[in-house]
Amino acid sequence: MSDETQFFDEMFGSGTDARAPYKRYSDWFSNEDPKGLMKEAKEAESFFRRTGITFNVYGQADAEERLIPFDIVPRIISGKEWARLAKGVEQRVRAINAFLHDIYHRQEILRAGRVPKELIARNEAFLPLMMGVEPPGGIYTHIVGVDLVRTSENEFFVLEDNARTPSGVSYMLENREMMLQMFPELFGKMKVQPVSGYPTALRSSLAATMPPDPSPDQTVAILTPGIHNSAYFEHAFLADHMGVELVEGSDLRVVDGRIAMRTTKGYKPIDVIYRRVDDEYLDPLNFNPDSLLGVPGIFDVYRAGRITIANAPGTGIADDKAIYSYMPDIVEFYTGEKAILQNVPTWRCSDPEALAYVLDHLDELVVKEVHGSGGYGMLVGPAASKRELAQFRAKLEAKPEGYIAQPTLALSTVPILTKAGLAPRHVDLRPFALFSPEGVTLTPGGLTRVALKAGSLVVNSSQGGGTKDTWVLEDD
Amino acid sequence: MLGKTAGGLFWMFRYLERSENIARLIEAGFRIALTRPGSEEWASVLRTAAAEELYVSQVGEIEQARVIDFLLRDPNNQSSVMSSFAQARQNARMVRTAITREVWEAVNDAYIALKATLARPVAERDLPDVLAQIRQHSALVRGALHGSMLRNDVFDFCRLGTFLERADNTARILDVKYYVLLPSVTQVGSSLDNVQWETILRSVSGVRAYSWLNPGKATPMGIADFLIFDPRMPRSLRYSVTKIRSNLDMLETDYGMRRPCHDTIARLDQCLTDGTIEAVFEEGLHEFLTDCLKETARLGTEIQTDFNFTD
Repeated sequence: MSDETQFFDEMFGSGTDARAPYKRYSDWFSNEDPKGLMKEAKEAESFFRRTGITFNVYGQADAEERLIPFDIVPRIISGKEWARLAKGVEQRVRAINAFLHDIYHRQEILRAGRVPKELIARNEAFLPLMMGVEPPGGIYTHIVGVDLVRTSENEFFVLEDNARTPSGVSYMLENREMMLQMFPELFGKMKVQPVSGYPTALRSSLAATMPPDPSPDQTVAILTPGIHNSAYFEHAFLADHMGVELVEGSDLRVVDGRIAMRTTKGYKPIDVIYRRVDDEYLDPLNFNPDSLLGVPGIFDVYRAGRITIANAPGTGIADDKAIYSYMPDIVEFYTGEKAILQNVPTWRCSDPEALAYVLDHLDELVVKEVHGSGGYGMLVGPAASKRELAQFRAKLEAKPEGYIAQPTLALSTVPILTKAGLAPRHVDLRPFALFSPEGVTLTPGGLTRVALKAGSLVVNSSQGGGTKDTWVLEDD
Repeated sequence: MLGKTAGGLFWMFRYLERSENIARLIEAGFRIALTRPGSEEWASVLRTAAAEELYVSQVGEIEQARVIDFLLRDPNNQSSVMSSFAQARQNARMVRTAITREVWEAVNDAYIALKATLARPVAERDLPDVLAQIRQHSALVRGALHGSMLRNDVFDFCRLGTFLERADNTARILDVKYYVLLPSVTQVGSSLDNVQWETILRSVSGVRAYSWLNPGKATPMGIADFLIFDPRMPRSLRYSVTKIRSNLDMLETDYGMRRPCHDTIARLDQCLTDGTIEAVFEEGLHEFLTDCLKETARLGTEIQTDFNFTD
């Protein structure tokens, strides 16, 4: 771990000269005063705090909003590199959607024996209530955030498919705004593809999946758990930029067989709801009866085809970490093509042989909870203490089916600006894909998360990670 | 607009107005305490802030530094300047999509600055600066609202919150002090003890305005008239009620619906347009103010119901 040179650096490759996509940036950077840049970086932070681009952290006594640190060195991807990623993401999104339709209908893939039956039936993310339900437009996953990592010049891996309610897109947009303000001259020198069309694209994409017979106004709304949710800023940001209402469960009820929101003039129907509330909390009548975040009866309205819920309930079965290892088969099964993006080799600890291997190699592997997210409950073997390893061993032995393990990938690095100048840090990438009957729209860019601690491989914001602006270049 | 959003806007501006009013009360109390040591002004300040009981049970004996701290920053005091501001900002976060970036930033900046300033007790020496800072931030929010917001229902609900809180505050200041104004009522035209009228006027930042309009005539009736009926005084009951009426009228036109609150405000407005200070003094200032407070409270409840703030 200590030897950073074994990692692929996206700016300098393995040498000292900038790689082609970074060439112009590097020339510009070498003429800048690093002290001045540090000062600008500080100003960026106070700007983010002022505008309220913050997130709430769960489980902290002083539950105040925190900033996700922003690094001013962009992560640059060439047009050609992006084109390949984009094809891979699109293929994956279509496959996931086909998989979901199949799982909730005829289950051909299970009959064909490509995915084990019990993996679905006994999975907490599988929603039996969705069996036979036809989502408007046939779309299950309106928004997908595919987490990618890079390990070399030509190797990208999918780390995770976020098919429930992926977050982080507001950072993609705000980070770009920040960069445009700070370094307008750079955008004159380099052709960076814009990301600002995302909110409009999201709105059109959602509008393209109206339920049959929508209300006259064809209303779209975003459902948020409320201002205490860690991603509330993003919910408000998107509602603002899309020009749609931001609603909470307490604003909604079923009126005349439709979901309606309480306005100052009375109840008004909603046709498409982009929910940022998990399945479990969506409907106290059909799911968790204690939920105050959802709308009693919304699932019945959904089944009657009178509202679009984006993403559809039950999509978690597609991004479940136990399903993940079958993704290459899933892609092939539904698209008839080999997966363009590679999967990380995965040991399913439910398999006794795999478990034995994992327990033997715990200090080399990354172990994740099958249903976990956000970097919580995760073990990075090479960085873990003896005590942490022992604790995880116990957890694994107690509930092996709750975990998967993967090799520790040699995540690529991109430099961040530190007091000592540029320093390499590990990154990942989450591009955001929109899916509607009109096709897949992939915004050229995404959320680049960066581990700010030297050597660290955990990029999650809840674990001290930061973000960077992601530039996809228009190739000359 | 969502009913919840309307409610959020309304309360955001009520809390902003409240924090500004509390700061003004502290300023008045501090000034009196400086110029008239030994006066019992702090008790009356607490009463005006509707916080006397809470103070006695939570803090105990009335003592200047503790009263100031309680009113400025005590998290157990729901209407301390800091609590009010935090609630205003909480509401602003909730209605983030309805307000402009300018308004949000003004509120958020104010919150960040006040939180830093009020992180620890404020030394007496620094109090004037701190109060000035609060006043300045309130002015910035108001300016952002006026300069950047559409004049639609969103704006109406903001203004309703501001003026309902203000009417309530002015009525309460007068009601707490009515005994000061009353005893000398029989000698209409006689001068009040300097300190008494000064407190009242300072509590609404109206010392200069009053003496400009009524040079050399600090009479109880004159001051009561100024704070109740003067349509030029931006903190008078009449001014506040006129504003509430005009915003409610705009909502009536905008929505094409008349609600119970429209009748209540029409009645209240009529009463302040037709009334005279002589008649009020004759029938009893306290009774008049009690009625006003009841009517504004009722109006507040009606507005919440009529526009579906909650389920």
